[in-house]
Amino acid sequence: MTAKDEMKNKSGSTENKVNELKILNIRGELYHTRLTRKFEQKPKWKKPDEKSLLSNIPGTICQILVSVGDRVDKTSRLMIIDAMKMQNIIYSPVAGRIKSVRVKEGQKIGKGVLMIEFE
Amino acid sequence: MAIKKKIQELRRKREEVQMGGGEKAIEKQVAMGKMTARNRISTLLDENSFQEYDMFVEHDARDFDMGKKVLAGDGVVIGTGNIFGHPVCVFAQDFTVAGGSLGAMHSRKIVKIMEHALKMKMPLIGINDSGGARIQEGVNSLAGYGEIFFRNTISSGVIPQISVILGPCAGGAVYSPALTDFVFVVENISKMFITGPEVIKTVLGEEISMEDLGGARVHSEITGNAHFYAKTEIECFEQIKKIMTFIPRSNEHKARVMESKPPRPDFKPDEIVPDDPKQPYDVRDVIKSVVDDAEFFEIQELWAANMVIGFGRMEGKTCGFVCNQPLVMAGVLDVDSSDKAARFIRYCDAFNIPIITLVDLPGYLPGVDQEHAGVIRHGAKVLYAYSEATVPKITVILRKAYGGGYIAMGSRHLRADFVFAWPTAEIAVMGPEGAANIIFRKEIMESENPEEVRQQKVKEYKEKFANPYVAASRGYIDAVIEPEETRKILLHALDVASEKSVAMPNKKHGIPPF
Repeated sequence: MTAKDEMKNKSGSTENKVNELKILNIRGELYHTRLTRKFEQKPKWKKPDEKSLLSNIPGTICQILVSVGDRVDKTSRLMIIDAMKMQNIIYSPVAGRIKSVRVKEGQKIGKGVLMIEFE
Repeated sequence: MAIKKKIQELRRKREEVQMGGGEKAIEKQVAMGKMTARNRISTLLDENSFQEYDMFVEHDARDFDMGKKVLAGDGVVIGTGNIFGHPVCVFAQDFTVAGGSLGAMHSRKIVKIMEHALKMKMPLIGINDSGGARIQEGVNSLAGYGEIFFRNTISSGVIPQISVILGPCAGGAVYSPALTDFVFVVENISKMFITGPEVIKTVLGEEISMEDLGGARVHSEITGNAHFYAKTEIECFEQIKKIMTFIPRSNEHKARVMESKPPRPDFKPDEIVPDDPKQPYDVRDVIKSVVDDAEFFEIQELWAANMVIGFGRMEGKTCGFVCNQPLVMAGVLDVDSSDKAARFIRYCDAFNIPIITLVDLPGYLPGVDQEHAGVIRHGAKVLYAYSEATVPKITVILRKAYGGGYIAMGSRHLRADFVFAWPTAEIAVMGPEGAANIIFRKEIMESENPEEVRQQKVKEYKEKFANPYVAASRGYIDAVIEPEETRKILLHALDVASEKSVAMPNKKHGIPPF
């Protein structure tokens, strides 16, 4: 069996193909069509939350320089993340007070992880 | 007598090199379900057509005890041979020799065959199966990659370059295939990534298999890095042989003309497309209804399937097809499908292959993800590629052609040589629903029965604009044709456009929205 045949089997017989059809709305026109996996699995867009600091690079937290209740401004250093063989200083994106610190020193984190919340 | 002895000596030396990394390493290679480098070459090429070069090349590294190691042919086999009687240059990395690792002499061999290909104007086929840079050779190994990437780039658009991934191809090594025209992958064998699962685990703590990270399926369906997907190496070589019949040996040649075959009667153009523009169909059936013997060789079948690209023949001559696919995502243009179409258009233009465009699309895909992923600059690639192409460009509008999508898909305005439309064509600034809601917004809102008025206005708009005749009245399309006539008319158009010449302003090169 070739790869092509295999794919045909995976996508099913003609009857199944009809069942796979979904509705796609483009400017008010409702099209009957298949959707790609990429399209169906795309995450919903959310407005960025200014009160939360997310990691923008995967790495290890080496040092946390603030604690809950601290007042910070836009030049305050919050923590140091070891990533890509560099020690990256994370500055506060806002002026305010620290509500919570959600990570620990030595913790490995991925991208987009909630690290600090501001009041 | 001395000469006989010398000949025997040569034979012994050859046999030694042909054993590559030795019996054990070959056994291991076979156990992984892989063929050896020389086996691959002899399977791909016409029988006994392969002439090997640089068989006795040896590395001269001395650090880390390398001086004591003999690496047969320095881990790569290079040479020339034929596919269906037509010459090609080939290199195949030999994983049984030091994991096919790339050192200075290894890269120098590859560079030699690349230069032959460019100078002698013939396709280059590279079989990649390598653990990566030979770390013992340090920066010399990196220099080797750089020399290969440079030649890939310089040869781009001059000779066809094909990459076959039959093993690991990781780190910087991936950029040679990425610079070539077509990448072939095989299930469970091909692995391509910049940073492997090990690094990802250490840095991110995320565990992922090589197959899920950069296996054949991932590159065929998600990344678009691969163009052809096969279950076995044998099937992969058959695909390569087949594509060689569609493409010329260089940009100074035309693809060879094969025997003309009539279309197959089981694909009837007037029975494929539903009249309701919201109902899907498989555009590949329309392609099959016009090409010789219903034979369509599709490229990147799994990735961005809302755009169909590939080769077919018209009276024996290769044509490139660029078609919206209403069956998937209603055939919209989006980031990936624009990328896919634009690159293929440039391929066809570089290698003197006429482009036939079949249009049926609702426009661009709306969405935050699309806008943020840069659908503006990706979409612009399609406009750029069509405008810049000087090969014959023939467009058939099958059904919907709305808004910016109409302009992008090989319209008259981007200098298509001929634009035809079926009577089912709807060439308009947008679909009837959207248009009626905007044009008659006030009337609809102010009426006592808005829904009824809206329906009425949609119907009015449909009757007035959802047809090919408004565009025809402006000369934007050259003829409204019956679906049954499509092949005949395409053949005529290809024939009259075959000697077209276009004067372009003098420039070093354009700045496409890469």
